[in-house]
Amino acid sequence: MAVKEAAAEHGAGLDSGTHEGTYSGGLWSWITTVDHKRIGIMYAVFAFFFFLVGGLEALLIRLQLGSPENTLIDPDLYNQLFTMHGTTMVFLAIMPLSAAFFNFIVPLQLGARDVAFPRLNAFSLWVFVFGAFFLNASFLFGGAPDAGWFGYANLTSTQYSPGVRIDFWVLGLQVLGVSSIAAALNFIVTIINLRAPGMSLMRMPLFTWMTFVTSFLLILAFPAITVGLVLLMFDRTFGTSFFNPAAGGDVLLWQHLFWIFGHPEVYILLLPSLGIVSEVIPTFSRKPLFGYPFVVYSGILIAFLGFGVWAHHMFSVGLGPIANTVFSATTMLIAIPTGVKIFNWIATMWGGSLRLKTPLYFAIGFIAMFIIGGLSGVMHSSAAADLQQTDSYFVVAHIHYVLFGGVIFALFSGIYYWFPKITGKLLSEGIGKVHFWVMLLAFNLTFFPQHYLGLHGMPRRTFTYQEGLGFEAMNLMSTAGSLLLGFSILIFLWNVLVSLRKGAAAGRDPWGGATLEWAIDSPPPHYNFRVEPTVHSRDPLWAAGGLDVDVNDPAAPEPHMPSPSLWPFILSAGLVVAAAGAVAKSLVVVLAGGAIVVVSIFGWAFQPLER
Amino acid sequence: MTEHAATAAEQHHSYTGLPNRKLLMWAFIGSECMLFGSLLITYLVYRGRSVVGPYPEELLNIPFITVTTFILLMSSLMMVLALAAVQRNDMRQGKLWILMTALLGLAFLAGQAYEFTHFVHEGLGLTTNLFGASFFLLTGTHGAHVAVGVVWLLTLFVMAMRGRLSSADAETVEITGLYWHFVDVVWIVLFTVIYLLV
Amino acid sequence: MENSTAQHEHASVKTYLVVAAVLGVVTAVEVAIFYVEALEPILVPLLLTLSAAKFALVVGFFMHLKYDSKVFRGLFIGPLIVAVAIILAMLALFGVFGGGAGGA
Ligand SMILES: [Cu+2]
Repeated sequence: MAVKEAAAEHGAGLDSGTHEGTYSGGLWSWITTVDHKRIGIMYAVFAFFFFLVGGLEALLIRLQLGSPENTLIDPDLYNQLFTMHGTTMVFLAIMPLSAAFFNFIVPLQLGARDVAFPRLNAFSLWVFVFGAFFLNASFLFGGAPDAGWFGYANLTSTQYSPGVRIDFWVLGLQVLGVSSIAAALNFIVTIINLRAPGMSLMRMPLFTWMTFVTSFLLILAFPAITVGLVLLMFDRTFGTSFFNPAAGGDVLLWQHLFWIFGHPEVYILLLPSLGIVSEVIPTFSRKPLFGYPFVVYSGILIAFLGFGVWAHHMFSVGLGPIANTVFSATTMLIAIPTGVKIFNWIATMWGGSLRLKTPLYFAIGFIAMFIIGGLSGVMHSSAAADLQQTDSYFVVAHIHYVLFGGVIFALFSGIYYWFPKITGKLLSEGIGKVHFWVMLLAFNLTFFPQHYLGLHGMPRRTFTYQEGLGFEAMNLMSTAGSLLLGFSILIFLWNVLVSLRKGAAAGRDPWGGATLEWAIDSPPPHYNFRVEPTVHSRDPLWAAGGLDVDVNDPAAPEPHMPSPSLWPFILSAGLVVAAAGAVAKSLVVVLAGGAIVVVSIFGWAFQPLER
Repeated sequence: MTEHAATAAEQHHSYTGLPNRKLLMWAFIGSECMLFGSLLITYLVYRGRSVVGPYPEELLNIPFITVTTFILLMSSLMMVLALAAVQRNDMRQGKLWILMTALLGLAFLAGQAYEFTHFVHEGLGLTTNLFGASFFLLTGTHGAHVAVGVVWLLTLFVMAMRGRLSSADAETVEITGLYWHFVDVVWIVLFTVIYLLV
Repeated sequence: MENSTAQHEHASVKTYLVVAAVLGVVTAVEVAIFYVEALEPILVPLLLTLSAAKFALVVGFFMHLKYDSKVFRGLFIGPLIVAVAIILAMLALFGVFGGGAGGA
C-alpha cells in the first residue's frame, strides 16, 4: 500500500516518464533548495543572463568600432565595456554555464542521487550569483572596472585608477573564487565517492572525467589569482608597495600570479566543452568513443602541462631567451594532446551511422572553429611571432575562435543535447539548425576579419581608429557579423520558449545515449535513481539487455533526500556584504558581513542534513 | 565546513569506502598548498628588495620564534593524542587533549602578537617596506589559519563538555586534526624559510 | 581504488611520542646549525632537508598519510608537486638562484 501511495505522489509521472513536479514550488523552495538539478538550472539561468549582458557589452564595442573616428562611446566607457565584457564572459557566463552542466549532469552520469555536499553546492551557487551582481553593481557607483580583464599592475594602482572601480573588480573576483573552489572541491569528492558500483575511473563518461580534471585545475589555479588580488587589495587599501616600483615592488609579479591562474583558466573554460563533445559525438555516431583512454589521458596531460606554460602571455616583457624558449616549447607541446582529441572525435564519426541532429551540428562546428583557434594559438606560441601579434586584433580573433567558436559552440551542443533531459521537452530541430547556420556564419563574419585587422596593425583595446588606415571595411564586416550573432542568440531563445510551451515530450532517452542519465525519467524525479544502477562497461545503456535493474522501479521505496537549508544563502550574502564593506572602506560593514558569515557557519554546522 | 549528518547519497553507497568529509579536507589542503605557495613566492621574490629598513636580519628573533615553533609542534602532538582518546571513547582524556591543543594554539598566537607589536615598535609596519608587507601578509595568513583552528577546537571542546562528542564523532576530530597538522606543516616551512634562511 | 581497511592499522601513542620528540630535536638541530659558521656553505640545502624531514614526519604520522588510502596521498601530493614546481620556476625566473634567465 505504501508503494501505491508513493506512486500516487508522483502522479502520472511514473507512467509517462515525466516528472513536472521536480521543479514545482515557490520562490522559497528555490532559495533553500539543495537539489543539484535545481541548482544546476539556476546556474544556467543566471549564467545565460550574464552571457546576454556580456554580449550586449560586446555589441556596444562593435557598434563603436563600426566606423572610423566614431563618437558613439567615449574612451572611458569603452574601457569599462571591454573590461567587463572579458570579465563577464569568463567568470559570469562560461564558467557558470559549465558549472550548470557539472551540477545537473555529473550526478546523473555517476548514477548518484545528489552531490557529496548538497548544501556546499547551494553555497557555491549563491556566492556566484551575489558576486556577479556585486561586480556589475559597480556600473551604478562611479563606473565599472576599466583596467582590462587581466588588470595589469600598476595601471590598477590608486595612482592610475583612483575611485572604487578596481576595488569592485578585486573584491568581486575574490568572492567568485570562493564559489569556484567550493564547487570544485565538491565535485572532486562527488566523482571519487558517488560513482555507481562498478564504475571504475576508466568506465566514467568523458564529461564526468573532464569535470574531474577541471575541478583540480580550479582548486590549484584560483589560489594564485587570490593571492595576486590580495596583494593588490593591500596596495590599494592599506598603502603597501607590492606593485609600486618606486619602493622596489615588481609589476611583473602580478603578471606571473595572474597567468599562473590565467592559463589553467583557459583549460578550465575549455575542458568541460571537450567533455560535452566527447559525449555528443559517440551518441550521434552510434559508436563508442574511439580511443577512450587517449582522450582521458590527453585531458589529464593538458591540465598538467597547463601549469607550465603561463609565461607565453608575457613574451613581450623581456623574460630573456631561456625563459622564452622554455615557455615556447611547453606551449607547442600542449598542442599535441589537444590534437589527439580532435583525431579521436573524427575517428569516432568515421564509419559511424551519423544522425545529423542539432547537437551534432554544434559539436562539428566546435571542432572546425576550435581547429582554427588552435592553429592561430600555435602561431603565437613562438615568441618571435608572438611579438608581432601581441596586443593586436590577431589575438582577439584567436581567443574568440577558442572561446566562442570553441567553447560556446560546444556549450550549445550540450544545451541541445541535455535540454530534453533537463526539461522533458525536445527543442525544435528546425529552429535549432537555423540557429546553428546563422551563428556559424555570423561568428566567422565577426571574427575572421579580425585576424587581418591584427596583422595589419590594429591594436586591441583602443576605442577608435583613424580613417584611411585600411581598417574600415573589415571593421564594418565584423560589426555586421556581431549584430547577426546577437540575432542568432534570439533565435535560440525563441526555440527555448516555443519548446517549453509546446515542445514534443522527450521521453527518457530521445537520442539513444549510452550513459546513465538517459535511463531515468525526463525531467528526473528529485531522487534521480529510485534503484541504484550497477555498471559493467563504459556504455552501460548500450550493453546487451541494458541495465540489470529497473532504476525507475515504482515498487522500490522512495529514497530520503537532504532537507532544504537557508544557511548557504545567508552565508553567501554575508560574504558579499563584507566585500561591499571593503569597497566602501567601512570597517563596520566588513565586520557585519563577517558576523553573518560566522553565525551562518555555526548555524549550518549544527543543522542536521536531513530533518 | 562540517556537514554533520552523512548525505543521503553517502548513506547509500560510497565507491571508495572513504569518508566524504575527509576527502574534502584533503582536497582543500591540496588547494591550500597553492595558496601558501603563492604567498611564499611573493615573500621570496621580494627578499632583499626592500629599499629602506628595517631589514629581516635586524629584527628576526630566532630564540624567541624557536620557542613558539616548539609550542606549535607540541600542539600537533596534543591533537593526535586527542584523536586517539576519542577513537577509544575516552572522552575525559579526549576533552583534555583537545583543550590543550587549543591552548597551545592560543600560546602560539600570543607569541605572534608579541612579535608583531615588537616589530612595529622597532619601526617595521605593514607599509614600511616590501619585507614588512610580505612578512606580515605571509605570517598573518598563517596566523589567521591558526585562529580558525583554535575556534574550531574550542567548539569541539564545548561540544565535548556538553556530552555531545563521542567516539562516533572520531571522524570529525580526525578532520579537525588534518587541518591543524597542515597549519603546523606550513609553519615548519615558514620557520625555516623566513627565520633560518635569512 | 581500494577499501579503507588499511585505515585501522594506526600509529600507536608511543609512535606519536617518538615522532614529537624527533620533531623537537630536529628543530633544535636546525637552530644550532644556523649558528655554526663552519656550516655556512651548505646551510641552505641542509636546512631545507631537515625542514622537509619534519614536514614528512607530520604528514606521514600525525596526518596518517603513511597508513591511509592512496586516494588521500594523491589528493595531497599531486597539488604539492605542482605548487613546489611553480615556486621553483618563479624563483628561477626572478633570478633568486643567482643569474639564470631572471633578473627581470
Ligand atoms: Cu595561455
